[in-house]
Amino acid sequence: MLFRYLFILIILLPIKAFALIEVDITRGNLSPLPIAVSSLSIDEESKESFNKILKNKDMGLEISIIVENNLKQTGLFNPLNKNAFLQNPDIAHLKPRFEDWALIKAQALVTGKVIFIDEKLRVEFRLWDVLAAREMMALTFTTVPSNWRRVGHIITDKVYERLTGEKGYFDTRIIYVAEEGKKINRIKKLAIMDQDGFNTKYLTLGNELVLTPRFNPTNQMVTYLSYFRNLPRVYLLDIETGVQEVVGDFPGMTFAPRFSPDGKIIIMSFAMDGNSDIYTMDLENRIVERITNHPSIDTSPSYSPNGKYICFNSDRSGYQQIYVMKSNGSNVKRISFGKGIYGTPVWSPRGDLIAFTKMHKGKFYIGVMRTDGSGERLLTQNFYQEAPSWSPNGRVLIFYRETKTDEKGEGFSAKLWSIDLTGYNERLVETETDASDPSWSSLLSN
Amino acid sequence: MIRNIAISSTFHLFIVLITAMSLPFLSKKPIDLPPIISIELIQITDKTSIPFAPKAKKIIEKIKKKEKLVSEQAPPKIVKKEKPDAVPLPDEKIEKVKKLEEKKQNPEKIENEVKQVSEFEKEELFDPNSIAALIDKSKEETAETNKKTNKITQDQDRSIDMTGLSLSEEDALKAQIFGCWSIPLGLPYNESLLVRIKLKLKPDGSVIRSEILDHARMNKPGQGFYKVLAESALRAIKLCQPLRVPTTGYERWKDLQLNFDAREMLGG
Repeated sequence: MLFRYLFILIILLPIKAFALIEVDITRGNLSPLPIAVSSLSIDEESKESFNKILKNKDMGLEISIIVENNLKQTGLFNPLNKNAFLQNPDIAHLKPRFEDWALIKAQALVTGKVIFIDEKLRVEFRLWDVLAAREMMALTFTTVPSNWRRVGHIITDKVYERLTGEKGYFDTRIIYVAEEGKKINRIKKLAIMDQDGFNTKYLTLGNELVLTPRFNPTNQMVTYLSYFRNLPRVYLLDIETGVQEVVGDFPGMTFAPRFSPDGKIIIMSFAMDGNSDIYTMDLENRIVERITNHPSIDTSPSYSPNGKYICFNSDRSGYQQIYVMKSNGSNVKRISFGKGIYGTPVWSPRGDLIAFTKMHKGKFYIGVMRTDGSGERLLTQNFYQEAPSWSPNGRVLIFYRETKTDEKGEGFSAKLWSIDLTGYNERLVETETDASDPSWSSLLSN
Repeated sequence: MIRNIAISSTFHLFIVLITAMSLPFLSKKPIDLPPIISIELIQITDKTSIPFAPKAKKIIEKIKKKEKLVSEQAPPKIVKKEKPDAVPLPDEKIEKVKKLEEKKQNPEKIENEVKQVSEFEKEELFDPNSIAALIDKSKEETAETNKKTNKITQDQDRSIDMTGLSLSEEDALKAQIFGCWSIPLGLPYNESLLVRIKLKLKPDGSVIRSEILDHARMNKPGQGFYKVLAESALRAIKLCQPLRVPTTGYERWKDLQLNFDAREMLGG
């Protein structure tokens, strides 16, 4: 009985309860994340060893500059000026004084150490969350010293992935057509470089005209169009060995080649008697298959990342537009309905978007649309630009842009440009010569 | 017939006259000029305390009944004594208030503790009946205008104690965090991008403890983007410290949940 009264008493006691207040934060700032990339610490002995091998004065500083430049190029990070750093690299790598880094408004910190050990380059690096005062990631790489630039790119990839949630695109290469000479008599060579414009190598001599090189997404093979004895044909080139071969034995012109996502099939256009259709060739058994069969011009095919669909452009409706079909050629659907002419569709590696070139009222646009044709967004506009190619994470597009020639026929140039999906971060990609038709490789280190 | 009509007319006329003349008489009261109450204009709070409105009405009616007594007979001091009587505080609470007084006298105590207790005091002393005291005071002591106006603002704050932050308070907090939160732009916009963080706050708005409510999701494979978003949200909170919280009503917001939702920003 007593317990009952007690129970009632407890219930009746005035208890003040507060509902938990919830506040929805639906907006934030899109300003680049302030990040401090400390110079990688290096002992004097290692410094001298690297100087002898690579003529590189301070390997630690050089690698940190690569990381810094890469991060800056993305437009998502704001690397802070090294002069503002209060802590020395060697001590910062052991245990950063977070207050010092917070003082200069850094939200993330990269520290590292470079050692020359057994004729090899050993790089440690750590990523720190300055505000939470904790380590976010720590990795070590060992490689031959000549790979030092790649180490910088790999560190950037790891930092980028850890801070943005998507894979990076820095340890990659870009193949393009290097152009020299006057517009009417251009020498075009295949060239390959790191994504930041360094380590350029020329793969062909320039005797034949080359166009539309495309990387194999799975290995270091390249397919491209070359005019050999004035007959345009699709070729296959192994970058490592330099071995080159013609793809298929077609009686006419083949062009616009591209690999399937698994790298086992080449899809291309084959033109004969004024009609061009899309064909595939299996690289293992060399079986050729016809995908489209239409009296119009079907070209620029590109696979979806899962290999189930193909986007291409065709003038079957009267004007050149973008179409999507299943990989066996069935269920052809037009997806572009805007004003103007659409071409060079490329499916994003993420699978959500298709990039394209659009021509309308004498101007060229690079844009993206969803795979059903909705949500068309034009990212950039210029006098002449085309051939977008996706970065392996599907966030950045690289394309080429030509400038007008003046009255004397001079002043013409073709340069590579990159732009991210926001449309704001447009940058010139430095190349040794004029350049066109870029194609981005997949990540070299997976 | 005519007689009946005459009776009816007379009767109706009588009723009309009675209605027209008697009702005002019945309800007639001496003209009661309300005293001037000085009011401080505070920041607009968009949420009203509707649940308290009927209570407040009753209280005001009670006070009106007592009004004559207070104004005619009772000296101001008696009214002051009535105030704590009118507040039905449990014994424990009164004790705590006493403790506070002791602490205030002790200069060695830590400032934070004093702050917390002072907030606590405000909280526990809150009662709608205090409106009565205010009205009384305003009638009695016109000289103490400033003090009274302060109490009015506190009361208004207290009235929304149970209802959460007002829109202006919420907006202030949101605006502060918007500025601190760098949204990781690489996140896939079509995924579920909601991070809920529960905070335990100090009275000055600094964070004692933060807890991610879906913490298990952080380390699940394939949820890397969630981890990135959660970390960015935590960074924003740390960067924004102390949070822009209201100056009063600590009990109300000492536990706060922030829902970071990036879909709107990343949706394109």
